[in-house]
Amino acid sequence: MKLDVLMNRINGTIAYTPPDMPDIRGAYTSDLLSDVMANANEGDLLITVQAHINTIAVCSLVGIAAVVFCSGRAVTGDVLAAAQTKNVAVATTDANQFAVSGEIYAMLREG
Amino acid sequence: MIQNLPIDITNSSLVIRELITRLRVCDVMSTDMITARRSDTLRTVQLQMKERGITGVPIAENGRVFGIVSVDDIIQALDEGHINDRVDAHMTKNVVLLEEYLPLSLAVSQFQRYSYGRFPVVNKEGLLVGIISSRDILTKLLVEINREVDRLETLIPASVPTSDRPNGFREFTIKQYDLDNGGKATESIKKLCESIGLDSRTCRRIAVIVYELEINLAIHSYGGVISCSYTPECFRIVSRDNGPGIADRDLAVTPGFTTANDWVKSLGFGAGMGLPNIKRVADEFHITSAKGHGTVVTVSVNLVQTGGGETK
Repeated sequence: MKLDVLMNRINGTIAYTPPDMPDIRGAYTSDLLSDVMANANEGDLLITVQAHINTIAVCSLVGIAAVVFCSGRAVTGDVLAAAQTKNVAVATTDANQFAVSGEIYAMLREG
Repeated sequence: MIQNLPIDITNSSLVIRELITRLRVCDVMSTDMITARRSDTLRTVQLQMKERGITGVPIAENGRVFGIVSVDDIIQALDEGHINDRVDAHMTKNVVLLEEYLPLSLAVSQFQRYSYGRFPVVNKEGLLVGIISSRDILTKLLVEINREVDRLETLIPASVPTSDRPNGFREFTIKQYDLDNGGKATESIKKLCESIGLDSRTCRRIAVIVYELEINLAIHSYGGVISCSYTPECFRIVSRDNGPGIADRDLAVTPGFTTANDWVKSLGFGAGMGLPNIKRVADEFHITSAKGHGTVVTVSVNLVQTGGGETK
């Protein structure tokens, strides 16, 4: 499912996407970057509150297509620049990780 | 004006002690100085100080030092209304002189012994040749320390001589607390892995290993180096740091155990998953470390399928 469709559902705002809107098939929720590094899958959407450049670095290494910063965490300039350089889509939402995970889970299951 | 030089003559580092012993007073003093005569008025000296932006003037004639007038003497003269008196009526007559070939360490101890801001410097014949202030000393030391640091930096050898480097050798220096660059070494090594045709699962395992080692160096060590090399059979990653060392290696590889600080944790690191993650994806994993010393982590990934190493 396209990232913009998913973000609409959770009242998310997309800060950056590559020219092709990512097509999301799976997602991973974690605030521990070692956990993301070890267990997230390529192409996933990452659901986290860790809104800093190390998160983008990990996404790039794992091949995570998009990240959504929860609980109103903002996208700072350095994060945006890193996301553009590494082609990782970035979105924000006021909802918390639990709510976002629930919505995304349901949508991806329904297809 | 710095009255007390913050230099510990006996307990400073060897470099500083060597410097203040090697340098002589004449290497540091200013020779571009002004003097006044005994018959000049304090007003004349005050104007000289103002014009040159200095705080002390030796009173000397034909090289012979009779005294010194400091800015404190001028303030007192203004206060007490004798600014138009002759200098020799109010100058400090018991002047402490430094001989030009004395080691700088002796000059430093004189600054610490007396609360004077400067000392006139004389030659063997006792004639005035310069003046030395605590500022002169600090400036010279800074220049010399910079030169010494440059020299020392050129002495640091590359950790592995180029000629001994195995195939595909790569080395990355990781600085303490430099999380802004976290992942850069991993990114570079991941590209290397892809370029030599490793399959995506192996690339991912190597990326996990390098990333965890990289972050460990930044958050736990004083800084260190990650090096990678490979043969057709094996990809090898070695992380070396300068301390502080691991107190209990078994505890360090226990999932969930961490010594990370709150700042590191707030960024999503330091959850006690680093070394366990590495161990899980590695075919060979070895740590040598001791509290107070550096840590070396050696990790290998087999490139020929032997069934070892759990993969994700």
